[in-house]
Amino acid sequence: MKKAYLALADGTVFEGKSLGAQGTVFGEIVFTTGMTGYTEVLTDPAFSGQLVTMTYPLIGNSGVNHEDYQSEHATVSGVIMKECAKHPNNFRMEESLESFLEREHVVAITGIDTRALTKIIRTSGSMNAVLTTEEPFSFEAYSAKLASYVAPPQLEAVSCKEAYTVGEGEKHVAVLDFGLRRDILASLLAKGVRATVYPAATKAEAILADKPDGIMLVGGPGNPADYASYLPEIKALMESEKPFFAIDLGHQLAALAMGGKTEKLKFGHRGANQPVKDLAADRTFVTCQNHGYAVIGDSLDPAVATVTHINLNDQTVEGIRYVKLPAVSIQFHPDSKPGSKTDAYVFDEFINMMGGKDNA
Amino acid sequence: MPKYESVKKVLVIGSGPIIIGQAAEFDYAGTQACRALQEEGIEVVLINSNPATIMTDKMMADKIYVEPLVAETVRKVIEIERPDSILPTLGGQTGLNLAMELAEEGYLDKMNVRLLGTATSAIKMAEDRQAFKDTMESIGEPCIASKVVESCADALSFAEEIGYPVIVRPAYTLGGTGGGIASDEAELREIATNGLRLSRVHQVLIEKCIAGWKEIEFEAMRDGKGNAITICSMENIDPVGVHTGDSVVVAPAQTLSNKEYQMLRTASLNIIHALGIEGGCNCQFALHPDSLEYAVIEVNPRLSRSSALASKATGYPIAKVASKIAIGYGLDEIVNAVTGKTCACFEPTIDYCVIKFPKWPFDKFVKAKRTLGTQMKATGEVMAIADNMEGALMKAVRCLELGVISYDLKKLKALSKKDIVRRLSQVDDERMFVICEALRRGVDIDMIHTITTIDLFFLNVFKNIVEMEQTLSQEELTPELLLEAKKMCFPDKLIASLSGISEIGIRAMRELHSIFPSYKMVDTCAAEFEAVTPYYYSTYDPNTETVSSMKKKVVVIGSGPIRIGQGIEFDYCSVHAVWALKEAGYETIIINNNPETVSTDFDTADKLYFEPLTAEDVGNILEIEQPDGVLVQFGGQTAIKLTESLKDMGVRILGTKAEDIDAAEDREVFDDILEACHIRRPEGRTVFTHQEALEAANELGYPVLVRPSYVLGGQGMEIAYNDQDVQEFMDIIMMIRQEHPILIDKYMMGKEIEVDAICDGEDILIPGIMEHLERAGVHSGDSISVYPSPTLTPKIREELVECTRKLAKALHVVGLVNIQFVLYEGEIYVIEVNPRSSRTVPYISKVTNVPMVDLATRCVLGEKLRNMGCGTGLHPEGKYMAVKVPVFSFEKLHNVDISLGPEMKSTGEVLGISEDFSEALYKGLLGAGFKMSETGNVLITVRDTDKAEMLDIARGFRELGYQIYSTAGTAEFLMKNGVVAATVAKIGEGTPDILDLLQEGRFNMVINTATKGRRPDRDGFKIRRKTVELSVPCLTSLDTAKAFLASLQCTSDKHNLSMVNLLDV
Repeated sequence: MKKAYLALADGTVFEGKSLGAQGTVFGEIVFTTGMTGYTEVLTDPAFSGQLVTMTYPLIGNSGVNHEDYQSEHATVSGVIMKECAKHPNNFRMEESLESFLEREHVVAITGIDTRALTKIIRTSGSMNAVLTTEEPFSFEAYSAKLASYVAPPQLEAVSCKEAYTVGEGEKHVAVLDFGLRRDILASLLAKGVRATVYPAATKAEAILADKPDGIMLVGGPGNPADYASYLPEIKALMESEKPFFAIDLGHQLAALAMGGKTEKLKFGHRGANQPVKDLAADRTFVTCQNHGYAVIGDSLDPAVATVTHINLNDQTVEGIRYVKLPAVSIQFHPDSKPGSKTDAYVFDEFINMMGGKDNA
Repeated sequence: MPKYESVKKVLVIGSGPIIIGQAAEFDYAGTQACRALQEEGIEVVLINSNPATIMTDKMMADKIYVEPLVAETVRKVIEIERPDSILPTLGGQTGLNLAMELAEEGYLDKMNVRLLGTATSAIKMAEDRQAFKDTMESIGEPCIASKVVESCADALSFAEEIGYPVIVRPAYTLGGTGGGIASDEAELREIATNGLRLSRVHQVLIEKCIAGWKEIEFEAMRDGKGNAITICSMENIDPVGVHTGDSVVVAPAQTLSNKEYQMLRTASLNIIHALGIEGGCNCQFALHPDSLEYAVIEVNPRLSRSSALASKATGYPIAKVASKIAIGYGLDEIVNAVTGKTCACFEPTIDYCVIKFPKWPFDKFVKAKRTLGTQMKATGEVMAIADNMEGALMKAVRCLELGVISYDLKKLKALSKKDIVRRLSQVDDERMFVICEALRRGVDIDMIHTITTIDLFFLNVFKNIVEMEQTLSQEELTPELLLEAKKMCFPDKLIASLSGISEIGIRAMRELHSIFPSYKMVDTCAAEFEAVTPYYYSTYDPNTETVSSMKKKVVVIGSGPIRIGQGIEFDYCSVHAVWALKEAGYETIIINNNPETVSTDFDTADKLYFEPLTAEDVGNILEIEQPDGVLVQFGGQTAIKLTESLKDMGVRILGTKAEDIDAAEDREVFDDILEACHIRRPEGRTVFTHQEALEAANELGYPVLVRPSYVLGGQGMEIAYNDQDVQEFMDIIMMIRQEHPILIDKYMMGKEIEVDAICDGEDILIPGIMEHLERAGVHSGDSISVYPSPTLTPKIREELVECTRKLAKALHVVGLVNIQFVLYEGEIYVIEVNPRSSRTVPYISKVTNVPMVDLATRCVLGEKLRNMGCGTGLHPEGKYMAVKVPVFSFEKLHNVDISLGPEMKSTGEVLGISEDFSEALYKGLLGAGFKMSETGNVLITVRDTDKAEMLDIARGFRELGYQIYSTAGTAEFLMKNGVVAATVAKIGEGTPDILDLLQEGRFNMVINTATKGRRPDRDGFKIRRKTVELSVPCLTSLDTAKAFLASLQCTSDKHNLSMVNLLDV
């Protein structure tokens, strides 16, 4: 049995069993609390470059199915699990999680106290970590790099290389891809629209030239503050007065483009059970989330933007409406079932803004 | 203050006696509800006929009516109390049905009583088969091909259309009573006829059988604003076909991909919205194992057994939140009590897995049909938590107290591989054991899957367990292997027996390599947030989360799963002990594994460990906690059994000492004590073999009582009238290995008297003396028990007090003691002494106002009775009579003889309270479910020896206006003695015979006393079973019949019963 080691920047070391690829990977260590959806997590562009801890101890029970991927490949750098199913079983299964990890070159560790690890992250915040299968292991070999490690930009890896168009419908939506989850696209298409997905670096002018009926900004990984160069283009898109809808990283980038600020959350929101309240409707939804940064509510000029949704656990901003623009944004993923009611609710307003109707 | 300001006084309806399908979970739910309402300053009026509950405790409500749960009494309570609202969704199906009845007849509107929580229309939509189907169709949620029918003919023609097998589900019954799977016309005819009769609305659903699909449940919650969440998904390891209450369940669901999970989660939310539920709701689905096809099986628009499980599995206080929703709060306005800061409007996420394993009564009812199907048979359940499934299953099997520590049954060893394979297709309580045995014998896992249709994922989990067993028995035990086995929650004892090393050796090896358990929290959020009221389970991970405080503290050992003989009463005692300890300034720790109880609620004790109650599991906790003492006397036999091992570990047992507990059970020691005290007992012998048993019986002279020692509820106890009986009973007892001798006692047919006392080592306090209506020979738990005893002379009372005092002192009792006496020809004999809490403690505490557990706990802590203000000696009697009546669940258990005997058979009890004895008795019988009609037809068939005694009873019924029916001999006897009786033909001796007449509903009641032997092929047995199937009251003891008659004769105004508020008693 091959060993693997997980070392955190604070000096904590976990020894476990190696699974998947061999090698050494650095990254920010985070945890996600969803009890299902490991395939979705491992292929979610927003997890790109991170070492992801699964708090649920039994992972891989139903194997892996390509249909569930949120992007073409695994996005995470490493996975930390308590136990990976040796005998997965599901009629849709194409391969085991173990085989997926090997094939997708993901370094993984099992057999460690994931709850203890989660508590460290909860207490000390997300931090750098290294996952390695190199032997013999010594913390000193990695300590310097752990202290100084800065994740390389992930955008290139997650954004599409070329624009493509999918779906059929009267309305045409331009989707600016900062790390598009396939579920989000599926939810959009379920509304009966046509969508063109553009690489993140596409200029506003080029997008507007295609005369979309609405614009979506979606993604993705990393610190929103690292995307300063894209902000003017985003601002231009928003000010084009086309109906505009941003999700997740897109929501943060839109806020930055309109003069707001973002902050790093201590250990982020990652899981399938985050309560988000729609302040106007006085309704609360349980949402899927995966982000480590949030928009600072007070940083927004009330004349420019209003907070529409908040997280009931920590009161952070989950949704914004731009006062003078036909623009809204949300931090959360609607939920994990494209086409469901909660999901529809999130997209309804955008579809209405485009003057379309809900065909779903 | 409640959100709805008009809500000021709420009536809460409880669920009544514990029966199969409706157990302690509603005490947990009701208790949380009462507290949640009181927190808001609402006046709470409670009605529940079950005195053994925490919810009927004085502090739980402002007014407490322990009265029969029938519409008439609920109406009376409403008239007296004039509540503005009623909360019906926390009292199980009983509470819900009552509220619906009152709502439907317009009574609630008339009285201006508002129904809190889910609206009547929504409940109807969920409960009425057709309405439910229509609703599901309208929102696009698929149901199974099915049709509601109101006649047997319609059932048959629909089955013809969709093809057999079909499932029959009666409307408005609980635990699937009267349902079943029919594979041909004859079976359908029988099941449908029975189901139609049992349904309140005379409807059954005939449904396409989808046995073999995955069975998935979601517990969901919705508030009045429309916020909705799912709390927990659960997957039955047993596929569709076995009632969920009889299924082994894992939480969260294990074999679903996210797509399937989200599909069913979304369906649950769609359903809860469509029904407009305001509170909790349980959605059951069948999911095709090889496609995304699914179907909604059932929705419960109320809190259920599954809610209790979901609540304990996740830490989310479902009943509390549901109550707050009922009084107008939104989920977003309620705080998550476990984290103390996040809100209740979220979905719990867990980082462990939970196994629920049912506890069946087949160890008591050895002749019962063990097959599992759509009708629930389990009396209780256990819950085990671990960080892997193998571990949770291994813990669960220990929690069950079956006398095994793994999925390994001795009796299966004798079967050939071929027989084992054959057994696989038999769906019964031993299925998981058979699967493991098959795996041990090398039966191919795919073949097991084909036969059982259990998902391969689960079968592989069992395979891992079996492989670990094999590795342990074949390979050298390295520290790595030992750790691996411990991570799968293998107990030392099992590792020892497999590896051939002694248990002490294993322990030493663990110590050498620091292989110790650590304890992790149940916190609703997978450690995302800090928790303020968590509870714990063990793992073999390195980092422990439990912090042992320096406070003075006491551990209370709980009573495990609800079973016949050890019911909710012991949970009541455990909880009260915790409260008394808290009051005395101790930190309290409870160890238990029953998810249905108040003791395992997150805020009962300061700390809760959800663990098996074995010496090793308990010992591990004690080692970490280092308590000042352990209380075993409140957790029934489960806790008492641990005494010796705990003592050996050097743990301080508080109260009565281990050796004294043992002295009460050890025949010889106990005989010496009795002799020293000059107290008589029926003569007896201890034996180990058949031969010895026969010799002893003949020496003592028949009839004799035969029973194993150290058991509860008189398990395995029988009255033998001849050698053949002794042979038979010994055979049954010897099926399980006996570590202790078997007792043969002279049977004395006298009056049975029961005393519960508190002793501080010097003084005693007897809150009350109870007298049983049935003579000795009927188990005390199955007897109608009366307080204060109506027939005892002052002299006898004095003698009883003196005997109790002597025995308590001789046994050095500190705390509670329960003594059973028999009064035979004017002399007192001791039958049994239990130096622990008993089944009668809650009821006596309530009717005498002596807080027995509280006082006993204080004695245990060193206080003296004379300083407690409740007096010593025999407590003065109050003006109220309290009659405890047992309740049975025979309709759920096939092939069980219902006649009363020395082995306990009841699952629960109710209480009737009144200033007038006959009214108290009447209320007790009414509460126990007897239809108390003043006229009608009674069938009387008794054994010859009972004939003379039966005469007065027959005459009494006749005078009331009953028609008497008897078989020829009895009828002739009655006529000769001046009682008019009609003759009916014995079974098979004419048409119509007794069974035919029963079937056509001729009799309102049957009085039948069993001939000895009680063999299923006898007429009496057949008649008694038939009465159960037809819900005709059947009295099997002449004493019960006399009582029944007396209550009818003497209760002056049966339609104007007095209602007694327990707080006025």
